[in-house]
Amino acid sequence: MSVPIPYYLALSALLFTMGVVGVLVRRNALVIFMSIELMLNSVNLTFVAFARQFGTVEGQVTVFFVMVIAAVEVVVGLSIIIAIFRTRDTMDIDDVDLLRG
Amino acid sequence: MSALIEIIIFSAAAAGALAGGVGVVASAQPVRSALSLLLVLGSLAVMYLLLAAPFVATLQVIIYAGAIVVLFLFVIMLLHARSGEERPSKLRGQRVAAFVLSAAFYAAILAVLRTVRSAPVSTIGSEFGSAQFVGGALFTTYVLPFELASMVLIVGIIAAVVIGRPFVR
Repeated sequence: MSVPIPYYLALSALLFTMGVVGVLVRRNALVIFMSIELMLNSVNLTFVAFARQFGTVEGQVTVFFVMVIAAVEVVVGLSIIIAIFRTRDTMDIDDVDLLRG
Repeated sequence: MSALIEIIIFSAAAAGALAGGVGVVASAQPVRSALSLLLVLGSLAVMYLLLAAPFVATLQVIIYAGAIVVLFLFVIMLLHARSGEERPSKLRGQRVAAFVLSAAFYAAILAVLRTVRSAPVSTIGSEFGSAQFVGGALFTTYVLPFELASMVLIVGIIAAVVIGRPFVR
């Protein structure tokens, strides 16, 4: 381990911050969704780094479950995006404001 | 593996991940965002190998790069996404506020990282992170969450089918 664990954590934090910026700034629903994937992946990196630091398997098992949930989330989320696109013909989240009152 | 090679690989993977992250957020076209996401996922797979997690790295390539990014590309092609110029946000000053708050967020995490004294890195055996190592834990200690994950997958498939049905008034 010639690269210290905190370097991995700092990189992970930076990737997570990029994902946050993407969710806050972008208007395209697909790009926001990809930014969420970016955040999930940065957290996965943190889990793997800590698993390496403490020499335990739990971090890697958690990453496995995160990947499963991410797969399900992508399937459901993309089908929702397609349903919105079919009914309202838009992918801009500012156009989807039925609950605004 | 010699120390210098490991540092070089880490630097290259980190540069790839950061460039990909910028690409995901800043690309005008969703296709480029998806391909940038692929770059991030590949770079992180390399990092998992550096962190002695070959099984997780394999899963990363198969599930994320193989399935999820392809699904994204599929949807982009399907909707042949209206790309390009996004209209300005309806909220005034949202962009500036987003950047400032995100920078503050990152600064807070870095401050924590700098103050906390990290524990020593433990020594691990050669089998650490292999499919047998992780799978052993999955099928003994964590067998119940593992089965629940399969149920979540089934529910997700059913949900996608139900949402994807033709719209009936």
